[in-house]
Amino acid sequence: MHVLSQTGDAPTTETQRRATTGETTKLGRAIVVTSGKGGVGKTTTTANLGTALAQRGARVALIDADIGLRNLDIVLGLENRVHYHLLDVLEESATLDDALVPDKHSEGLFLLAAAQAREKDEVDTDKMRALVASLRERFDYVIIDSPAGIEKGFKNAVAGAHEAIVVCTPEVSAVRDVDRVVGLLGNRFRPQLVINRVRPQMVKKGAMMSVEDVEAFLRLPLLGVIADEPQIIVTANRGEPIALRHEGQTANAYHAIAARVAGEDVPAPRVEFKKATLFERIFRGAKA
Amino acid sequence: MIEFLRRFFAAPAPSANTAKERLRFVLMTDHLALGPEIVEAMKRDLVDVISRHVEVDREKIEVTFERQDRAVALLANIPILSVHRPNPPPAPPVRPRRKRAKRRPASAAPAEPAAAT
Repeated sequence: MHVLSQTGDAPTTETQRRATTGETTKLGRAIVVTSGKGGVGKTTTTANLGTALAQRGARVALIDADIGLRNLDIVLGLENRVHYHLLDVLEESATLDDALVPDKHSEGLFLLAAAQAREKDEVDTDKMRALVASLRERFDYVIIDSPAGIEKGFKNAVAGAHEAIVVCTPEVSAVRDVDRVVGLLGNRFRPQLVINRVRPQMVKKGAMMSVEDVEAFLRLPLLGVIADEPQIIVTANRGEPIALRHEGQTANAYHAIAARVAGEDVPAPRVEFKKATLFERIFRGAKA
Repeated sequence: MIEFLRRFFAAPAPSANTAKERLRFVLMTDHLALGPEIVEAMKRDLVDVISRHVEVDREKIEVTFERQDRAVALLANIPILSVHRPNPPPAPPVRPRRKRAKRRPASAAPAEPAAAT
């Protein structure tokens, strides 16, 4: 399979391909979404960024690299459509076309699910790199959802990527882990920061570190801030990423993040403190 | 009633500041990146120097790093078992100073010898 025969660095592949075919099409971008700590919203970020990019008309492949703890299919609502997974492709028991699941909501968005009954150590790093390289030829974006931790699963997720998005919450442990992960990534990935689960009310009370505090510690370019929004849980329950919506603070924030990833000069979305009226509270509660 | 609830839910103290302080320290020590082998070597050297003067419990030594104000401090907790040969006291009280001065370096020398001379 040609997927596995490819090795080496992507720019070389690109140069070679251009030289042999005279083609000038650009290779897609491979972005790893990582954090070190678990439960900060890597999968939610991946699903929403992928959805928002696809809604902009891009062709996007999402790879769930969390072998053994498959989740991205759930968040996207695709769990019933997954027949083959990442390891099937790496081990050549399924083709890439068999394994790529088209998203039900967004055209141009595809998922390569993780293997659920396998282990992270079973992934061959070189094969993973080659797989991402071949996906870059077919998609504008390849977004890899990294598992928590900094061991082999993380290394495999990072292997084929050229850029990184790090997801952090305003917590001591999350910031420390991101700091560590960024140290491991080095300069090569030009990591950009998404600060997730911010509660403006708590920040205002002094009960939560502010976005500025987290930025000051990590000193990374800020891609955007996402509020700790109950609707995120509702959308995950339904398997419909919030970025499918075109209104509301959080949906808008994901669309702005996608625009920034795509290179548009829009400001990084931030969350504002706004006091919910009693009516809003009741109304929001009723929608859940 | 609303006032009561408001008071009930009000945060007692800004814990964000505590978080920031802890994070500052944690990142500082993370960035210090002293490997365990370096800490061990430091421990050994510290004990060697201190053992010249007092007998210490090598098993119970603790070396830690702690944030103090804006710097990281190395804290060594070294239990002292006894004071090494309480220098001259047993010696006759009246003695020429020169001799006492000569004795000191001998008793301060490494572990056991000294008395042999």
